[in-house]
Amino acid sequence: MMYSPKVMQHFSNPQNVGEIPDADGVGEVGNPVCGDLMTIYIKVKDDKLEDIKFKTFGCAAAIATSSIITTMARGMTLDQAENISRNDVAKELGGLPPQKMHCSNLAADALKLAIENYRRKLQGLPPRTGVTEGEEEHEADGGSCSPDEKPVQLK
Amino acid sequence: MKRIYLDNSATTKVSREVLDAMLPYFTETYGNPSSLHTMGQEANVAVQNAREQVARAIGADAGEIIFTSCGTEADNLALIGSAYANRKKGDHIITSSIEHPAIMRTCEFLEKEGFKVTYLPVDQYGLVSPAEIEAAITPQTTLISVMTVNNEIGTIQPVKEIGRIAKEHKIYFHTDAVQAVGKVPINVKDQDIDMLSLAGHKIHAPKGVGALYVKKGTRIQALIHGGGQERNMKSGTENVPGIVGLGQACEIASRDLEKNAAHMTRLRNKLMDGILKIDHVRLNGHRTIRSPNNVNASFSFIEGESLVLFLDMAGIEGSTGSACSSKNLKASHVLLACGLPPEEAHGSLRLTNSEFNTEEEIDYVLETLPGVVDRLRAMSPLYKKAATEKV
Repeated sequence: MMYSPKVMQHFSNPQNVGEIPDADGVGEVGNPVCGDLMTIYIKVKDDKLEDIKFKTFGCAAAIATSSIITTMARGMTLDQAENISRNDVAKELGGLPPQKMHCSNLAADALKLAIENYRRKLQGLPPRTGVTEGEEEHEADGGSCSPDEKPVQLK
Repeated sequence: MKRIYLDNSATTKVSREVLDAMLPYFTETYGNPSSLHTMGQEANVAVQNAREQVARAIGADAGEIIFTSCGTEADNLALIGSAYANRKKGDHIITSSIEHPAIMRTCEFLEKEGFKVTYLPVDQYGLVSPAEIEAAITPQTTLISVMTVNNEIGTIQPVKEIGRIAKEHKIYFHTDAVQAVGKVPINVKDQDIDMLSLAGHKIHAPKGVGALYVKKGTRIQALIHGGGQERNMKSGTENVPGIVGLGQACEIASRDLEKNAAHMTRLRNKLMDGILKIDHVRLNGHRTIRSPNNVNASFSFIEGESLVLFLDMAGIEGSTGSACSSKNLKASHVLLACGLPPEEAHGSLRLTNSEFNTEEEIDYVLETLPGVVDRLRAMSPLYKKAATEKV
């Protein structure tokens, strides 16, 4: 199997799937054209992540990274949660296949964006999206869905 | 857990009949067919016998069969071998945009070598238009290569018409029939085929053996040089057990074609009809002009690798054209060529049966699949949006 047992565990039994209707922050990243789209919802209380949920369209790696980051981040302060990196997520999962590190390892980006959008909301600013649509726009963002290219960058 | 194997276009199990035919050539008659002694000559007779079996299955003569190490090698030999051997006549090749990588990458290699290749588009069902093939012919065209049955969506190409066009224009016609043998009738003479590739492991023979039919008189040159086996076209000591297995498998494939095709078609139709009852599902390929063993459908809002792995956990083995499951992370070129949006190509599932599958297995798949699809859709941010838009 190309995936670690931990990936398969989170993929087959994902934690915290769903939406938070009155979320304080929402982070949506990915590109359906590339086969990965991820939304993370957070609820904040006393500067801490009181609740976190996700919805993901994507491969096993995309689902497993979404699931595990919700378990890692719950209860963390915003500053701590914001510092979770893609590598932290991959490490926690016992590693990811190299070609999945770029494309499907978007959970850290989604969480960062959810926190950023929470802060923007406090400042009265509109939320940002990390979703690119269509191949051309994605192309401009760092090429095709090929692992040799740069990952999708948040604007 | 019971495992249901529905990935027979990837590879098949070796049948008992084939294995039994092969076994003596591992430990008893293990001679080199080029040796003069008795055991060598017995091995040689076995190879010649297999050559006749393969030839009979496709309506060829035994002298027109070259054994290779796989279908990919047969495709390479046909394309590269004929391109170079006929370079003085011309440097143009016509193929389709939904060929197997064994053809696609070989054509790209030939382009780097200075040849010109036309990749013809296909319609929404994956069908190549014979009229477009004819229109693409130039005085420099030396070869047309179009597969008989597509490996992903099972579409059956109008091979006989393409063969007739090639013959009229005095151009060689090659077809990759790796997915066609044992599924649809093949006769190289009736269909005016000059070269045809086939592979053992798709028809219940082992991996590591294939064959190229080359019509007598066709100009072609070897890729592999050495001891001069296979009439100098494929040097290297023959894979005698593999060749014996391929011969036996070809004999069975043509002997049981009608019976097996009827069985596979019944299973295919049952599976196809059941799958199409699920919401937001589209069939890929043509409803009837398709291989008896192939079902390929796209499930909106979910991704194929996840679908395949969830099915695998339920004991069902299939495959997908999703980028996420491929080595290069690109969505299936076949589905994209048929006009599917990439997000739909990501959600494709291919289930390919064989004569060894049963109705009960298809029942189990149809009981299991809707729940798996629902579970993945419940996780998908795309699904709710679509459901809301629909209302």
